[in-house]
Amino acid sequence: MNTMEQVTSIVQIKGIRDGLLATFSDAAWEDQRTALILQIDEKPTFFQGARLAIDVGNQVLKVNDLVELRDQLSERNVALWAVISESPTTEQTSQLLGLATRISKPRPEEQRRFADTISDETALFISKTIRSGTRIEYPGNIVIIGDVNPGAEVIAEGNVVVWGRVRGVIHAGVKGNRNAFICALDLSANQLRIADEVSAMLKPQKDPKPEIAIINEQGKLQAELWNTN
Amino acid sequence: MTAQVITVTSGKGGVGKTTAVANLATALAMDGKRVVCIDGDIGLRNLDVVMGLENRIVYDIVDVIEGRCKLKQAMIRDKKYPELYLIPAAQTRDKNAVSPSDMVRICNDLKPDTDFVIIDSPAGIERGFRNAIAAADRVLVITNPEVSAVRDADRVVGILEAEEKGNPYLILNRLNPTLVKNNDMLSAEDVLDLLGIHLIGIVPEDENVIIGSNKGAPVVTDAKSRAGQAFRNIAKRLQGQDVPFMDLDSQSGLWSAIQKLTGRK
Repeated sequence: MNTMEQVTSIVQIKGIRDGLLATFSDAAWEDQRTALILQIDEKPTFFQGARLAIDVGNQVLKVNDLVELRDQLSERNVALWAVISESPTTEQTSQLLGLATRISKPRPEEQRRFADTISDETALFISKTIRSGTRIEYPGNIVIIGDVNPGAEVIAEGNVVVWGRVRGVIHAGVKGNRNAFICALDLSANQLRIADEVSAMLKPQKDPKPEIAIINEQGKLQAELWNTN
Repeated sequence: MTAQVITVTSGKGGVGKTTAVANLATALAMDGKRVVCIDGDIGLRNLDVVMGLENRIVYDIVDVIEGRCKLKQAMIRDKKYPELYLIPAAQTRDKNAVSPSDMVRICNDLKPDTDFVIIDSPAGIERGFRNAIAAADRVLVITNPEVSAVRDADRVVGILEAEEKGNPYLILNRLNPTLVKNNDMLSAEDVLDLLGIHLIGIVPEDENVIIGSNKGAPVVTDAKSRAGQAFRNIAKRLQGQDVPFMDLDSQSGLWSAIQKLTGRK
């Protein structure tokens, strides 16, 4: 009896439209993970086949943490589909594992405070190729050292800089910033978007040169060669 | 000996995972290795058919997991190579009958007296795929030179990277050198350029592969087949040998005959 009360006090589970949401506190990750699994094992029929989202607050989680939890859950026939976090590291980890980082009912704005503090100097830095099926979202600038492959999506509220080839979808200034830009060593993307302008274009070039895409004075999204002058 | 566990996967279906598993396993057995293949495609088994062992199945992998038989009882010995075994999938169950930790346990039980464990993964990136990669020491991603297949292979490579499964190797299957030459097919360079992973072999298009699969006699046993040669080379590379890549342009047989007839080079 006692254990059950302790358990429910650190990990809270409630039903939401998309399934179940487990809210973690700031207590140690391992303890909470164990608590969650215990809770599921106590009512296996209730959790059978459930879709679970977790809200991990400020916890900084690595690939192994999430993979381990996901496997433990999947052995109990519970599908982990989303991780909501305030830590950019955790968000990135989740996105790389193909987990959603937003659920249909967003948390109140004031809780997402880190988004307001983004200034021009803040960027998410990723040093790897973004492959098909991966979605990178960040409320600031994104810098990628590597390629963006077809089937990948990179979505930023600020600018996107790619030191590599772009062949997937890039959306800069997603919240409506028409001054945002996208630049890359090879911009043969199948689709670029800045704010609400969309451009399907850009055939692969034989001899690619660095390019920058902006919204020009006529209000059209256009890519031009990067000019060092 | 401690076995190396190799999983063959692709994302997209129909690119040749099962054929590759049957051929690589047979080629390794031809080199005198002790090999166990596991069909990870629970519910849609067909590795047994390709290896010609369908009518010998008594127990399957789910029987092992659920304790109805011993591991040894589910290992079917090949018709021709006594050191080659198959653990078949269950046809009447689904992927949820097996968990990633079950696969790890079975592979650990096999490791001490086996050289290679080769796991055939189902198509997709869901439960069955997770089961198949759980125990892998090395993953071979197989793709065809088609845009859709390469896209799915890229997705799989991304998942393997995210899960820190080590660097996967690439098998490019069913390449047709003539189509590539006429710019009607992605070349090996195009595919490698996108995926950016290490290439372990290119298998040319060869109708003997289909004939072999239907007969339950993998094409590696056919000394004259070019696809068979390609699979034998990959098997050598898996054993750590340095084998040069085949020259796919110097066509012999049917293709060059047709080319001569039609006057094309």
